[in-house]
Formats: sequence, structure tokens, C-alpha cells
Amino acid sequence: MVGRILRRIYTFSIFLFLYAPIIVLIVFSFNNSKSRGVWNGFTFKWYVELFKDVEVLKALYYTLLIAVLSSIISTIIGTFAAIGIYGMPGISKKIILNLNYLPVLNPDIVTAVSLMTLFRFLRIEFGFITMLLSHITFSIPYVILSILPKLKQMNKHLAEAAMDLGATPFYALRKVVIPEIMPGIVTGALLAFTLSVDDFVISFFNKGAGVTNLSITIFSMARRGINPVINALSTLMFAGLLVLLLIINSRSSKSISERGDII
Amino acid sequence: MKRSIKYFLSIGLIMIIGLLSTGCGSNKATLNVYNWGDYIDPDVIKEFEKEFNVKVNYNTFATNEDMYVSIKKGGTSYDVAFPSDYMIERMIDEGLLEKINKEKIPNLSNIEDRFLDLDFDPNNEYSVPYMWGTVGIIYNKNLVDDVVDSWNILWNEKYSGQILMLDSQRDSIAVALKKLGYSMNSRDRKELEEAKEELIKQKPLVYAYVGDEVKDLMVGEEAALAVVWSGDAVAMIRENENLEYVIPKEGTNLWFDNMVIPKGGKNKELAEEFINFMNRPEIAARNTDYIGYSTTNYKALEYLPEDIVNSKVAYPADEEIGEVEIFKDPKDFLKVYDEIWLEIKAQR
Amino acid sequence: MRMKWTSYPYILWMIIFIVVPLALILLFSITTGEEGGIKNLQFTLDNFKRFLDPKYLDVLWISISLALKSTAITLLLGYPMAMIIAREKPKRRNIMILLFVIPMWMNFLLRTYAWLTLLGKNGLINYIVIKLGFKPLNLIYNDLAVLLGMVYNFLPFMVLPIYSVLIKIDKSLIEAAEDLGANKIKVFSRVTFPLSIPGIITGITMVFMPAVSTFVISRLLGGGQYMLIGNLVEQQFLWVGDWHFGSAISIIMMAFILLTMAITAKFDSQKGEGGRLW
Repeated sequence: MVGRILRRIYTFSIFLFLYAPIIVLIVFSFNNSKSRGVWNGFTFKWYVELFKDVEVLKALYYTLLIAVLSSIISTIIGTFAAIGIYGMPGISKKIILNLNYLPVLNPDIVTAVSLMTLFRFLRIEFGFITMLLSHITFSIPYVILSILPKLKQMNKHLAEAAMDLGATPFYALRKVVIPEIMPGIVTGALLAFTLSVDDFVISFFNKGAGVTNLSITIFSMARRGINPVINALSTLMFAGLLVLLLIINSRSSKSISERGDII
Repeated sequence: MKRSIKYFLSIGLIMIIGLLSTGCGSNKATLNVYNWGDYIDPDVIKEFEKEFNVKVNYNTFATNEDMYVSIKKGGTSYDVAFPSDYMIERMIDEGLLEKINKEKIPNLSNIEDRFLDLDFDPNNEYSVPYMWGTVGIIYNKNLVDDVVDSWNILWNEKYSGQILMLDSQRDSIAVALKKLGYSMNSRDRKELEEAKEELIKQKPLVYAYVGDEVKDLMVGEEAALAVVWSGDAVAMIRENENLEYVIPKEGTNLWFDNMVIPKGGKNKELAEEFINFMNRPEIAARNTDYIGYSTTNYKALEYLPEDIVNSKVAYPADEEIGEVEIFKDPKDFLKVYDEIWLEIKAQR
Repeated sequence: MRMKWTSYPYILWMIIFIVVPLALILLFSITTGEEGGIKNLQFTLDNFKRFLDPKYLDVLWISISLALKSTAITLLLGYPMAMIIAREKPKRRNIMILLFVIPMWMNFLLRTYAWLTLLGKNGLINYIVIKLGFKPLNLIYNDLAVLLGMVYNFLPFMVLPIYSVLIKIDKSLIEAAEDLGANKIKVFSRVTFPLSIPGIITGITMVFMPAVSTFVISRLLGGGQYMLIGNLVEQQFLWVGDWHFGSAISIIMMAFILLTMAITAKFDSQKGEGGRLW
């Protein structure tokens, strides 16, 4: 009995630790003053200011655009790559997989400066293109890593059977293999999307004139001090996240509860 | 599953179309401006965009050093930048700047003479003055009961944990050099070592090394004393009456931020238009009023409210400034400055 | 089905955007001279020698010790949490894990910024402290704030892998141990804990790695007074412009991390199964 109460208290305090800062951010986004400790009445003015802030809106636009484009491109390249890697003989498979692991294992900042060096070396103008290329680069490995297990689970003879029955390799790929590994593809795409939205370090080093993302904007705003507009932004992002989660959850709650894990 | 993929793809398509129709689709000329954070009235940019039918990409930097690196390394071509005196000297030396065609900038005549032909750019071939100011101490009268008239107060243990220093290597090292009675352009290893020791000694007392957040922290009374640029002091005093700005008696730094055109820009003529535009009296006045810094444009003073023009913080008389020095490029000593700054920052 | 060719686009991509960039920083780390042309570069090991100076080794040591501390704290806080969640009924368990994941999906910068508002001298925590009649505390811009930022950001990385190993432990093993007379402590120390080691190792690497290379947390919550190895790299690339030295530090950092990974992978006997990355 005592153990159970202790466990409850422990759980509660950990969740309090996780959520208190977020809740405070949300509450103070409605605070009618810049103060960070004292409540001065309810207001929506920070939200109005947020939507007037061209910087933030532009950053939001680029964040979403880059996230969508990079997740689509990295999912396409990654899916084909995974299928190809799966069919490779031992040694080359090992080399490719290890190289593929590099951006995953490397600290973000090393990936960031190495890409920055590359772009400077190739004299590519920093901006939208460099940011997109770097996002695709760090996303593909995750896509591959989420598809490979599904390929392993797949019945090896399925595609062969299809081809024996006269399907072209491409047809077999489209009609047999891809549907079979679809859950992995979706997971990979979602992962690529969230990684891209959340990225700061790699974008920070590879941004260019006039192109930033939300993380960079938040960083430069935070460097200027406390700003309730950031609170308003966090509230909206948190709400957006919850809505997204509810949608995903209702679509695939079954598969999640069966597998017992989230991502 | 298939459905969700289709949604995903269609969202992507819509966004691509959106991009094509808004951003890249337009054939407007763009001007890449590279300025300090909080250093312009944003409406001025909008007005420039409207009047000249162009798009301005506005980017900010935090110190002269990071601006220099990003221009020097290339990769992004800026059309107009706002470096300070010693950095302009270095950029001219290294051939990073375009010569400005003065005929294109008639408003140059609005600039007060004493800001022209300075040592770092004789004849103003490469730069047009924007703002100027001093470095000093801002303090909160309610939190500090000593007389603030010397850099020494920043080493007073009474104010441990309430002192803010600038996260800028030249300025912080200059404070220590001045405290010791040396030149802030010192090229003497021994003097610089001493300055380093002073700053390391001071570090336990320092609350934080800050950039633009100094305004928020001082106005919010989170700290008692801070080293600031005079213009920021004006902005802070406007928001909190308990604050006061002092130029220490040991002397200080007189600085100038000018507009320059880096090499590699794509729109030199538009850049000159922009510089000229910024020196229209009413535009210069609006920027000055918005950011609090001191304008170099004497015609702008007519458009400014009395309290700003008469402000002793923004427009001190010569005797109030006392002994001043202008930063010079350390040239071959730059490495020493870099190393010292790193050691101070890495010290625990 | 052998369709090797479908991976060729990615192999090309990988060479351009993974292999070449790393080769470039390796090249820069062992050379000196102005960038811009490979012709002007001269071979040297000075960049690495320079790092052996005590001031840089100090930076490395501070980063490692801060990262180790935050890893230890997340492990101490996270393990019991993972155990509690793993023991719940499946439905409740999934909700709790979801609750753990949600803050992780929130933007990393915002999570760090949140503490900025809480810890300030006039922040909410000090407001409460003063209301309770105490003197305000110095909470921000010190070791503790940076550590707190790390623990807060990386705690889920510790809990999730441990949890996913714990729920896979065969219940009958525990029952068998209990039947054989082992008490709770024995069951934990002899059965549960050893079986969960792969999860712990994954957790440790997942917390230690980002903690040792961060420059954002130390910048925002450390008030510019913290020079961690990540800040050093940032400084060399963006503020000083010494790409050769910056590359050398990056190479050292990368070697250090990959070595740590290799060592932990050795310990990780059940590789592949428990060692899921997310």
C-alpha cells in the first residue's frame, strides 16, 4: 500500500516536472504584461502580435515547406534505398548500413558543420536549397532504419512468386513489396517530418539570407530576452501537436496498442 | 494508410504551388540587408520595399565578429551591412568592401561633419555613417547605493551575481584594459594578460555575458549593473525610470556603426539607393526614435522629440564623454584577443 | 528479389552529402591556409596539437563531466519511472508513455526557453520563494540551470529505451525467481536489472551524446559563461572563422562519440533487440 502511494507520488512529480514548464508557458501567453512571475489579467494581445510578426510567419512557412518537401523526398529516396540495400550481398550491405548510421550517431553539430563546409566548398548560395538538402540528408537514414525491419519481416518469396506469375519487377514492387512495408514507410515519413520541424542545429549552420525556420527564430528571440509572443507561439504549437496526435492516434490506435510502442 | 499518404502528397503539392506563386515567382529585385539585432525600425524596411518595389531580406547578427566571418567566408551575398569602425578598417584592408559611388548618395550631405573622414575610412570611400555612441555602465538606482563613476564597480563583490557584461570580446576586454589604465587598443601582451586576469577574477561576480537580452534583464530588474552601448541605455531608461547611464571616469570607447556594401553583392545600385534612403532626415529620425541610438544625421534631429535630442545619454557634450578612444583593428594581434576571450569564457 | 539498383540514387546522395563533407572536415583538420582552394592548403598537425593546450582540454573535460552528471541524473530518475510504467496495465501504460513522448515532440528550443522564464530572478519560482518569505535564489546562468536543462530535455530518451526493454522481459522468469524464494530486492538485482541492461545502455548513449555536444542549452541557460565543446565548435566556425581548428575539434568530438558508441555496443549483448534507437 505504502509502495503504491510512493509510486503515485513519484509518477506525479516526474510528470509535473515534464509538464509544469509547458503549462506555465501556456498560462503566461494570456498574461496581460511582460512580467514572467506575476499574473496581470487575461489578454489575447500576444497572439495578435504573433500574427502580425512577419518574421515568425515567414519562419513558420519555411519550416512547414521544408518539412513537407524533405519528408516526401527522403521517404521516396529512402524507400527505394531500403529495398535496394535489403537485396545487397553481405559486405556492401554492411558498408552502406554503417555509412547510413553516421548521421544518426554523429553529433548534430558535426553533421551541421560538415554540410556547411561542403556547401561553402561547392560555392552554393546559402538559403532554401542548402537547408532543404541538409534536412533530406539527415532524414533519409531514419527512413531507411524504419523500413528495413519491415522488409525483414516480409515473406521473401512473395515478390518472387509475383514475378514468376509474370509480374515485371516494377509491378511486383508496386503491388507486393510496397504495400507490405507500408507501415514502415509511414513511420519513416512521420519521423522525417517531425525531425525536420524540430531541427535547430543543422538549420542554424546552413541557413541563408531571408530563410530561417521556427527553431532559429525562437533562438534569436530568446536571445533578446523573455517575450510573451514566444509563449503564444508555443501554445499554438502545443495545441497543433495535440491535434496531430489525436488524428494519428484515431487512425492507427489499433496498431499502436498492438505493438505497444509509439514511434 | 494509402489515404494518409495521398493527403500528405497533396499537402506537399499545395505548398509547392504556394511557394511558386508567392516567393520565387515574383521577379522583384531583392536586397539582402545584414544588420545588428534591434537596430532598425521595421516599418522603414516596409516603406523602402513599397517605394522601390523591391523585396528586402533582412538578416541580423550579434557581434562584429560573426558578421565578419559570414561575409568573409562567402556563401551568402549581402548587399548592405552595418559594421563598426575597427571592423570596417579590417574589411577595407582585406578588400571585402565595394567603393561607394557618392554621387548616388546625395543625402550624405545630411551627415554631421565630425562623423565623416574618420581614421578607419578616410574620405568615406567605403562607408556611410549610421549611428554612433559610447560604452558605459547602466545601473539601477534602487539596487546600487554606491556612486557609480568608475569601471571598478564592476569588480565590487557587493554586487556579486548582479553584474551583466557584454558578450563581445572587444568591448569586454576594453573595459578591463581601461580599468587598468591602459589603452583599449593595447598591443602589449603583458597588458592584455593583465586584462585577462582581471576578467577572470571578475567572472564569479558576473551574472551573465549577454547580447540583446541585456535590455530585458535590466528593464525587468533582474540585474543591478550592466555594461551597455549608449543607445540601448536610452531605450532601457525609457522603459524603466530607475535606470541611469554613466560614462566611467577612466574613459570609454567612442564607436561608429556605418553602412557598407560588401563585395559579391548582386545589387550595388539598389544598395546605394537603400543607403541614401536611410539618410533621408525623416527616415533617419524614425530609426533613431525607434532604437534609441544616436543618429549621425544632423537634419534628422529636427524630426525628433525634445527629450531625445536633449538626452545626455544619447548626445553627450564632449566634456561629458571625457577621454575617449576609437577601436582600431588589432590586425596581427587579433589571435591574441581571440585566445584571451576564449580563456575567459572557458574559465570556471 | 534482388533490386540493388534502387539504392543507387541514395548511394550517390550518401557520397555527396555524408562522405564528402566528412572527408572535407578531415582534410581541413590536418591542414592550414586560406580556404577557397585546395591548392593553398598545407599539411599540419598543429590544429590537433593546439587542442592539447590545457584550456581546450578543460573545455572538453567540463563538457564530459556535465554530460556524465546529466546522464547519471536521468538514469536515477528515469529507471524507477520506466519500471513503474512497465508494471501498469497495457492501456494505462500506453497513455503514460504517450504523455512522456508529447513534450519530446514539442520544439526543443521552446522546452529550453520555458526554463528561462521559470528560473529568472523575477521568475515564477522565485516569486513563490519570496511569497513564502525566503530570499530569492540564484537559479539561472549557473551549473545547475544547464544541468536542469539537459535533464529536462533528455529524460524521455532514458525512460523510453529502458521501458521498451522492461516490458519485453518474460514475466515467467520473475515468477520463477519468486517461486524459488527470491525476495523483491533479489529479483530486481538478479533478474530484472541484468535483463534491462541493453535498455540502460541505449538510454545512456542517447542522453550522453546530445548532452556532450549541445551548445544551445549552455548558451541559453548558461548566460554565455559556458564554453562547452559544442560552443567551441560553434565559436570557431561562426565567430572566429578558424575552420581548420574548428574541423579538428569536430573530428575529435566525432571520434570520441563513435568510440563511446563502439564500447557501449560491446557491452550491449542483446544488440538489435533491446537496443532500439527510439
